[in-house]
Amino acid sequence: MKINVTINNEKKELEIAPDDILLDVLRRYGYHSVRRGCDTGMCGICTVLLDGKPVPSCSIFAARVDGHEITTVEGLPEAKELAKILAEEGADQCGFCSPGLIVNTVYLKKLKIKKIEEVKIKLIGNLCRCTGYVGQHRAIEKFLGVEK
Amino acid sequence: MKEVTRKIPKKDALGLLLGKPVYTDDLAPKNSLIVKILRSPHAFAKIKNIDTLEATNIEGIECILTYKDVPRIPVTRAGQGYPEPSPHDWYILDEYVRYVGDEVAIVAGKDEKCVDEALKKIKVEYEVFEPVLDFEKAEGHSSVIHPEKETHPMFEIGFDAQKNIAASYEMEIGSVEEELKKCDVVVSERFYTQAQAHVAFEPHSAASYIDMQGRLVILTSTQVPFHVRRIIAEAFDIPIKNIRVIKPRIGGGFGGKQAVHGEPFVAAVTLKTGKPAKIVYTRQEVFEATYSRHPMRYDITLGATKDGKLKVIDMQGLSDTGAYGEHALTTFMVAGSKTLPMYNKVDAVRFKGKVVYTNKVPAGAYRGYGAIQGNFALESAIDLLAEKLGMDPAEFRRKNMIREGETSPIFKIMGEGREGVDMVVRSCKLNECLEEGMKLINWKEKFPRKKISETKYRGVGLAIAMQGSGIANIDMGAAVLKLNDDGSFNLLVGATDLGTGSDTILAQIAAEVLNVPTEDIIVYSSDTDLTPFDVGAYASSTTYVSGNAVKRAAEKMKKLIIKEGALKLGLDESKVDFDGKYIYEINGNKKVSLKELATVLLYTENQKQLISDASYVGEESPPPFMAGFAEVEVDIETGKVKLINYVAVVDCGVTINPNLARIQVEGGLVQGIGMTLFEDVKYSPNGKLLTNNLMHYKIPSRLDIGNIIVKFVESYEPTGPFGAKSVAEIGIDTPPAAIANAIYNAVGVRIKTLPITPEKILMNLNKK
Repeated sequence: MKINVTINNEKKELEIAPDDILLDVLRRYGYHSVRRGCDTGMCGICTVLLDGKPVPSCSIFAARVDGHEITTVEGLPEAKELAKILAEEGADQCGFCSPGLIVNTVYLKKLKIKKIEEVKIKLIGNLCRCTGYVGQHRAIEKFLGVEK
Repeated sequence: MKEVTRKIPKKDALGLLLGKPVYTDDLAPKNSLIVKILRSPHAFAKIKNIDTLEATNIEGIECILTYKDVPRIPVTRAGQGYPEPSPHDWYILDEYVRYVGDEVAIVAGKDEKCVDEALKKIKVEYEVFEPVLDFEKAEGHSSVIHPEKETHPMFEIGFDAQKNIAASYEMEIGSVEEELKKCDVVVSERFYTQAQAHVAFEPHSAASYIDMQGRLVILTSTQVPFHVRRIIAEAFDIPIKNIRVIKPRIGGGFGGKQAVHGEPFVAAVTLKTGKPAKIVYTRQEVFEATYSRHPMRYDITLGATKDGKLKVIDMQGLSDTGAYGEHALTTFMVAGSKTLPMYNKVDAVRFKGKVVYTNKVPAGAYRGYGAIQGNFALESAIDLLAEKLGMDPAEFRRKNMIREGETSPIFKIMGEGREGVDMVVRSCKLNECLEEGMKLINWKEKFPRKKISETKYRGVGLAIAMQGSGIANIDMGAAVLKLNDDGSFNLLVGATDLGTGSDTILAQIAAEVLNVPTEDIIVYSSDTDLTPFDVGAYASSTTYVSGNAVKRAAEKMKKLIIKEGALKLGLDESKVDFDGKYIYEINGNKKVSLKELATVLLYTENQKQLISDASYVGEESPPPFMAGFAEVEVDIETGKVKLINYVAVVDCGVTINPNLARIQVEGGLVQGIGMTLFEDVKYSPNGKLLTNNLMHYKIPSRLDIGNIIVKFVESYEPTGPFGAKSVAEIGIDTPPAAIANAIYNAVGVRIKTLPITPEKILMNLNKK
């Protein structure tokens, strides 16, 4: 079957099977920033924006996004700024979980969330095994302008 | 120093952060066959019959391979020095299956759907045996996990397959029994650590294809590309020269990728079909069928005189290596060799025990590599002893621990799988770590406890730790530097950056020697065709071992530049120097820029490629040290522990890149905190892993970690590159003991079995 999706502001017609998962379809079409971490919607690594809101793409049928808008880290202009700050803190390490974290954090910036406790709660679903989170928080605080 | 100690971002940071296709699955050939593995549902069985006919006939299936279709050569998957200290007890596929998840058949097809269908259609008849699931009952069990004749060790490791013993070890200095008689205070306790899962977020992945020269190329998420090349050559009986292993970027490893995992299966398919193939493990497969940490049991006896002098340490252990003996002996020995030297003034010390096979997920390398298991037991026992002596545990450690310029006989006696090397600890700021940590946690004020409310108590606890910097006399790293026409350099290293930033750190070391910006060093790492040999990323080796190789290669390059520059200027070599930009006359005005020299060398005059190389093997393995302090709040109604503060003060020598060093420690701490408080592995009564996904196996989230404070003390390791030691593993070692000690200090409950769950605390509180 075919679906029509806007991905990173580009209109696309994608050929999918009815039981295809969004994550697999995005990777098949070359959006490699969307990565599989856990298969169970627990790690946040495959996070993309669906009509502007973060979702785990491993837990959504591709057929459901017909007529909707998907944004990955490649389509987020603010991603580069956050990436730079994360890099300056050395908070990337293996980088596998970073795109999902960036997508979610850029979304928090749009919501103007500035309290660190609230930020941590909102990002609790973005797991990271390398950094221990501390460096990420140093960077995210700067990016969001967290009030101290 | 200009380049060393710069807090620069990793060279690959923006590419990784912004999602460039850089991992194995991103780079695998687009037309790869999809490879999946049929795995055993039984913990221990023999395959009586496999019928693959119906499965093979499914549209899109390319091949199905069973043990009858692949070479049966015993190897070990563990990527270690050679000869290997792990027994050769693993086969690409075997008629025996030794844990739930063990490989039964390799299925390759055009897409996931047909492969999944084929997996369901393969009919296997098993003869099921009674599995060995309790490691304390493994030795001499009626079920022999490795009955096959071919399994063997490469040298004496105390291997006895008929008794389910993968390795054993024993050493004693002085007489423990005699010295214990002279002690005023003795404590004796038993401790258990669990099988932690690595949970590197990039699942184990590998792809393979035949190149235009007919050679097998393997692209893989590995920490040990050169070991992979050797092990694959051995397992398939093909020459090393016909194999190329490429490591792209790696999504975390932590020891879990210090082995071959998916590589033999894609290689088998590619060798059979001539077609590209790839395997990407599911998260469940990563949990069930890769590696976890060796669970261990230690019986510790400590003896001291009443003035607080530690006289005796006795550690008797049992380690569970699961179905295969990977890293069995070496992780076990590290539990002693990377803890016992901390208390180097004892009169007698003994370390002994066995590593046994069980029908469970194989244990393998995991950050800490035995040291964290040994540290939990020893550093918990030290607190028990200090309490019995009525001494502050920090004071007791200060009195008994190793100092700069001292040695320990352990260094010589216990290496990794064999004898170690004698060494004096040239850099050891453990005392400074302890002092600074006590200040940061406010020990004097907070030790041992504060009552917060009727139900909540806060306590502080500490532990000290050491690790190593590579394996002395075994681990080798090499580097090649090449001058380009614009004055930049290619740095080719076999060292394996698995996200740590080692590519950047090695470039910083080269840049410091050559006095050029790190940005002028272009790094390419870990490709067995293009880069020189390196054992890989393990044993905290890259900064120290590979870093020293890079430093030497850069020093040679500097000499070459001076030599060629002097020729160009028509001066004697002794009259010129190189400042990073110009080769100049020391007492005169003649000079030529590096760029100009590089260009003429390639195109016009005295033409040649400037290239330098160097190798390094550590004659020593200087230990990094740290002191870890936990402040916890325990709720006596629920048993819940909240980690308030964790202070880590580290001596890793000079930090080549302080940002990257800090992240290494923070990341290690959080993995250690997870292991201490909740990461747990559970099996069904039949031996099936129950904690096989991230819902049932909890790793720390950003809300679980409390306030983490990492500090480095000033230290300089004379044998390290620009004073550096390692930093990769030291961070993980202290949380289990420090947190256990803090919980004891808060509520008087001593938990000796990890993880320290609320249930355990509450049950012990109720017993009081």
